[in-house]
Amino acid sequence: MKTLLVTEGGLLTTIQDCGRAGIQAFGVPVCGAMDTYSLRWANKLVGNPQTLAGLEMTIKGATLQAMAPLLVAITGADLPITINGFPEPSWQALHLAAGDELAIGSVSRGARAYLAVMGGVDVPVVMGSRSTFLRGHIGGFGGRVLRVGDVLPIGACEDRGLLAGSFVPSELRVPLPASVTTVRVMMGPQDDLFTEAAILELARAEYVVSADSDRMAYRLQGNPLAHRAGPDIVSDGIAPGSIQVPRSGQPIIMLADRQTTGGYAKIATVIGADLPLLGQTKPGDKIKFAVVSYSEALLLLRELTTKLHQPIVPVRGHRTLRVTIDREVFHVRVGELVS
Amino acid sequence: MEFSRWGHVNIMPRILSAGESHLIVEFGQTIDLAQNALVHRLARQLGEHPLVGLQETVPSYASLLIAYDPLVLPRESLIAHCTELMRAEGGLPQKRREVVEVPVLYGGEWGADLDAVAERVGLTRDEVIEIHASGTYTVYMIGFMPGYPYLGGLDPRLSLPRLSTPRTKVPAGTVAIAELQAGIYPVESPGGWHLLGRTPLKLYRPTCSPPVLLRAGQGVRFRPVGRVEYFHILERVAWDDYTPVVTCEEIA
Repeated sequence: MKTLLVTEGGLLTTIQDCGRAGIQAFGVPVCGAMDTYSLRWANKLVGNPQTLAGLEMTIKGATLQAMAPLLVAITGADLPITINGFPEPSWQALHLAAGDELAIGSVSRGARAYLAVMGGVDVPVVMGSRSTFLRGHIGGFGGRVLRVGDVLPIGACEDRGLLAGSFVPSELRVPLPASVTTVRVMMGPQDDLFTEAAILELARAEYVVSADSDRMAYRLQGNPLAHRAGPDIVSDGIAPGSIQVPRSGQPIIMLADRQTTGGYAKIATVIGADLPLLGQTKPGDKIKFAVVSYSEALLLLRELTTKLHQPIVPVRGHRTLRVTIDREVFHVRVGELVS
Repeated sequence: MEFSRWGHVNIMPRILSAGESHLIVEFGQTIDLAQNALVHRLARQLGEHPLVGLQETVPSYASLLIAYDPLVLPRESLIAHCTELMRAEGGLPQKRREVVEVPVLYGGEWGADLDAVAERVGLTRDEVIEIHASGTYTVYMIGFMPGYPYLGGLDPRLSLPRLSTPRTKVPAGTVAIAELQAGIYPVESPGGWHLLGRTPLKLYRPTCSPPVLLRAGQGVRFRPVGRVEYFHILERVAWDDYTPVVTCEEIA
């Protein structure tokens, strides 16, 4: 079996796919990639089904050694990537020879990068998914973050004739956070439990993603949102992106590892199309909310889904050129695009 | 318009959107056995009569969260389908149920809020323990985290609002209360409830089938235990050598 050896785990690297389906009724969280859009593209670049498991790397990436020839791709946040010390681009299929060291650095923009490998990371399926559920200690690699020495099994697959160098055009890549990131929401389900001032404030105020934010929830800091008569509701199910507000008035956005039910009123819900962008924000980032209607949210979701149907830009092959500039010799790899 | 009937209950549910991919069918805003039965009835009906694009349902006390793909299944079609199902007859109430005994070591480091709760409700800590352990609770739903039972039936004398800022870490096995609800944390997690004690039982066993100890519809009784018994049971649970005491009773 082909394997990838972890030589440095990074800050918080877990195996994730698109999450568990149909088990929330037992209280088991969905999990899965925080930015499924980028994971799907990474899989597309290496010829996998879009929902296969890959690595989610947070803030600081992992270093890996290929124990066999592999086709890989890294998408998501902007961060430096090297193979044996030579810089390589993200959002592009990369070839690793046996023994090659793939090092993924720290993010300069965005929060999470996704690594897909042709064949997928082939850890056991637990309750219908390979996603790591850290608090529940299940899924992924022993239910935990990746560490030095872990050997990741890679799924077998036939050679589909894919070549390194094919890439995702920039207009199809996930939007990354700006100095203030606008995240679109639909009001509800319990906006009627908030004061009118709180409703106005939600669409106006600027919030900072706090340091104790994680895959379960982003805790925001900013102007408090007031309830009409307290934050408590009879506990109900929680959709991804739900913005719940406890008594302190500081909003909490429920994300991939969220609890399945909860008892705080939810003023609004981040729309599905903006969850990938939100997953690319990190502690310290500023967020603003913009309220949209159901039909707008649906349109935006359709747009995002349509983007995922676009093809990657393939290459027919490449050549390595030896270029001398000011007596310094560079080895430049040039891909030939299929037009 | 009459949508749902169960015994004396005649409820017109509210349908709310939670983003573009989730609907909430809300039968009420209280903790009530009859309402809860309607929630489970609709979940069951949707399981028996699925639609393309319907992804999953999450039952809770008084509402059902429905996940769907709006690009495949328009919201209006899903609402129409639910409305039709809720109008249909059928769905019998439960007659008998299992009651699971849950041993609890109260107070100290095992239940950090016991003294504060006693002070806030104006009782002694022993009275709080006695009241908490004398009731029979109903598992209304499993949620929040794997195997977490939401228990209805807390004595109103112990009712307190949730903590204003949730704790970031509550240990596994912690027995807690908030409002008129009781619960048990199966794994370490954040939590906004008042912590009374800890059970040595494992509520979440990912390697077992089913992976959860308690299920919706069961009853739960708490039994106070001392440190010696707590650690004794804890050790037996660790060796997979402890079977929780389960009795059967008629539902009144």
